[in-house]
Amino acid sequence: MELQGHRDIDASPAEVWIALLDADVLKACVPGCQEMTGSAEEGFEAVVVQKVGPVKATFKGAVQITDMVPEKSCTISGEGKGGPAGFAKGGADVTLSPNEDGGTRLSYEVQAKVGGKLAQLGSRIIDGFAKKMADQFFERFQTALEGEAEEPDAPPEEKKKGWLKRLVS
Amino acid sequence: MPKDGGIGASSKRREDLRFLTGRGKYTDDINLQNQTHAYFVRSDVAHGTINSIDTSAAEAMPGVLRVFTAKDFEAVGGIPCGWQITDRHGEVMQEPKHPVLAEGKVRHVGDPIAVVVAETQAQARDAGEALDIDITELPAVIDMRDALKDGATKVHDDLTSNLCYDWGFVEENRDAVDEAIKGAHHVTTLELTNNRLVANPMEPRVAVGDYDFSTDEHTLYTTSQNPHVIRLLMGAFVLGIPEHKLRVVAPDVGGGFGTKIFHYAEEAFCTFAAKEIGRPVKWTSSRSEAFMSDAHGRDHVTKIELALDKDGNFLALRTDTLANMGAYLSTFAPSVPTWLHGTLMAGNYKTPLIYVNVKAVFTNTVPVDAYRGAGRPEATFQLERVVDKAAREMGIDPVELRRKNFITEFPYATPVAVEYDTGDYHATMDKLLEMSDHAGFDTRAAESKKNGKLRGFGISHYIEACGIAPSNLVGQLGARAGLYESATVRVNATGSISVMTGSHSHGQGHETSFAQVVADMIGIDESQIDIVHGDTAKTPMGMGTYGSRSIAVGGSAMVKATEKIINKAKKIAAHLLEASDADIELKDGAFSVAGTDKSVAWGDVTLAAYVPHNYPLEDIEPGLEETAFYDPANFTYPSGGYGCEVEVDPETGKVTVLGFYAADDFGNIVNPMIVEGQVHGGLAQGIGQALLENCAYDAEGQILSGSYMDYAMPRADDLPMFNVDHSCITPCTHNPLGVKGCGEAGAIGSPPALVNAVIDALQRGGHDVTHIDMPLSPDRVWAAMNG
Repeated sequence: MELQGHRDIDASPAEVWIALLDADVLKACVPGCQEMTGSAEEGFEAVVVQKVGPVKATFKGAVQITDMVPEKSCTISGEGKGGPAGFAKGGADVTLSPNEDGGTRLSYEVQAKVGGKLAQLGSRIIDGFAKKMADQFFERFQTALEGEAEEPDAPPEEKKKGWLKRLVS
Repeated sequence: MPKDGGIGASSKRREDLRFLTGRGKYTDDINLQNQTHAYFVRSDVAHGTINSIDTSAAEAMPGVLRVFTAKDFEAVGGIPCGWQITDRHGEVMQEPKHPVLAEGKVRHVGDPIAVVVAETQAQARDAGEALDIDITELPAVIDMRDALKDGATKVHDDLTSNLCYDWGFVEENRDAVDEAIKGAHHVTTLELTNNRLVANPMEPRVAVGDYDFSTDEHTLYTTSQNPHVIRLLMGAFVLGIPEHKLRVVAPDVGGGFGTKIFHYAEEAFCTFAAKEIGRPVKWTSSRSEAFMSDAHGRDHVTKIELALDKDGNFLALRTDTLANMGAYLSTFAPSVPTWLHGTLMAGNYKTPLIYVNVKAVFTNTVPVDAYRGAGRPEATFQLERVVDKAAREMGIDPVELRRKNFITEFPYATPVAVEYDTGDYHATMDKLLEMSDHAGFDTRAAESKKNGKLRGFGISHYIEACGIAPSNLVGQLGARAGLYESATVRVNATGSISVMTGSHSHGQGHETSFAQVVADMIGIDESQIDIVHGDTAKTPMGMGTYGSRSIAVGGSAMVKATEKIINKAKKIAAHLLEASDADIELKDGAFSVAGTDKSVAWGDVTLAAYVPHNYPLEDIEPGLEETAFYDPANFTYPSGGYGCEVEVDPETGKVTVLGFYAADDFGNIVNPMIVEGQVHGGLAQGIGQALLENCAYDAEGQILSGSYMDYAMPRADDLPMFNVDHSCITPCTHNPLGVKGCGEAGAIGSPPALVNAVIDALQRGGHDVTHIDMPLSPDRVWAAMNG
């Protein structure tokens, strides 16, 4: 399956880029991620627990970031083996472009594939699942950078910064 | 008056008492002392290189006794194929090795890689999940057309291509058929797919292996339709165990439908591992495992052309078929699209020229083999669809076009090498039209139209060939087995009888119907007869049950053995009655001297045979036990007219089957109730194929409909009340019972009738739709209606 989308993030491309390559950020943003170690250059090792339809599994796998053009684009690809549940693999082409308001438009094209029991039992729901995973990831990523959605009438200076932004600014 | 016993009586199925009260004894009910459990670790990719298998973590897990991989099977043979096809160029088919466990490469999702044997099923499974198997995924070939392209990925590196064979039949007719089609007044062409099916017997496969060190005897309990065939294939070709040291038992089996004919790796594994481990080894398939390890059915892609003259007479027929073999050759896979398919292409019609081309193709999918009907449903589907299409194109009523071309004189030698002994196709067509109130269709269609629905009626008139035979002929055609059947009739001293048959019952009710035959011949009560089957230690070498052969071949062997019994018993009776044995008559369980009131009861004669005090010992041996092997002279040819009435909802494309009518000619009938049940089951499976079932793969070779969430089995509310009839009888001329067989007819005749009915409904509704591939899901029907 394939899906694409974009998010407007209230952070500069440089901030988004740093976050995108950070193991802790990825761990916090990948739904069901239990462990994430390594680095963007060396590759990450990840453990993710997920339930696809009737199949719940622990996926152990590697995440690679390739084709890195700093602050502009990269390809994130991963493959997870879920033991008896089968496997899942996929990738996202991510492009960052500055918005007029100083923020960043993060565009993505995601491909996902599953095999083994996941395909046998879950193929009917895999598209919806992949979309949910992508939405959750980018939602969390956005939150990590921007903070929780502010009260509409709260003054701008009181806006809570995202935990990452607090870290880097 | 219906009979209350013997041949022709609807005796209640005696086996149902145990089946319906939960007392059946299936293979999974067998638990041997000290038994261990096997868990198969299977490939989750369709094609890949096995780089390494690290068993150390799994071996250290609790309860694990041993982990097996391909290297444990280096000394044993591969799983054999039972039929060798010679292609149209005189070359034998390409036959790849089929290892028990994958060697170096995996070739389909579900291909077994390793097996863990542990104390409990759960421990074996846990350890299986801990195995570290490193596989590099390779590109897979799934679509048959892609597999035949130049440069396509090869399923087997050591073969020249993915083409198993290119079969032409009858090759000598090829040019003449081409010529006839070229010059014909009208040619109807149809391209169609016969959808891949998963057999899904209610009972999944199970194997229990056992080894007795004291006697050096192996025993395999397995869910098989033919235990002797498994013993022969596994003993001689895989494990090298002589037959006298190998016993195969197939106890109660919960449905087979063909998929339990074949010899599977799990059977060889459990037999082999039991000796290695020194304890019994049991494997029980899960339903998920069945979807990726039971041989699948059908999966043909065909182009068929029918040439007609201006009056609608059939002149010539040509077919081009791609038949999917899957990744390995299952036991009888090569025979299904060839000898079980090409020979049936004449159908009920006197088409003078026929040419059938079949290319069998390897793909990275589960092996495909016989499934209820095996080749004959594929033949019937093409033929009955193209005849229907031709009728519509030429503006001739589909019933009349069929009638015009029906074979009416028997015996009839077809241009595809078989000779129909008997049949009366007009009679079954008449019966069908009467049963289905064909004359009242227009009124019903008008009623449907008022309700916003489209009603259609479709016909199919099938031929099938059962009881494949004779052995010397099938040997020439490439069979690596004989196709006789055997029976031993053992009369006990007090007159009760045990019949040991080589046939196997897995839902067919042989224990009842076979007993009826013997009871009828002797004139004693059916309760005096027991049918013993499914154990190589108890029954004579027999070929088992498939291809609707049991009553025609197994029943005939039993008749022959019973005739020998009666002949000998008459001699004993003659002695007791002090008469000539030529004057002895057997009636209602008593022997009498013709023209006198002198008689002796069956039980007195049998007692004399075993307590031979007053006995002609100098002329005949004591005892009363006879064996017969029966090798038929020809196939049997059941036929019938099937009709289907449907309503299509134009808003959603949903097809509702309103009525299904089957007028079959099965020759003589032993138990009408059982025959009716067999037809009902066949119809459910045929309608399932036409309307619901489809085994779908994605482009990478993952099974997409691999569970009952996505693989739609027919359910009661998908089916109408069936209306079936078997009163049209033309007895088979070459077996002693005059029977033809009824097990597969329902699945053979029904899919084209249903599709023809839907096309009829759509065309009556003004839609220019000439074909929809099965299954006719609402989605496909709606898409066809809406361009």
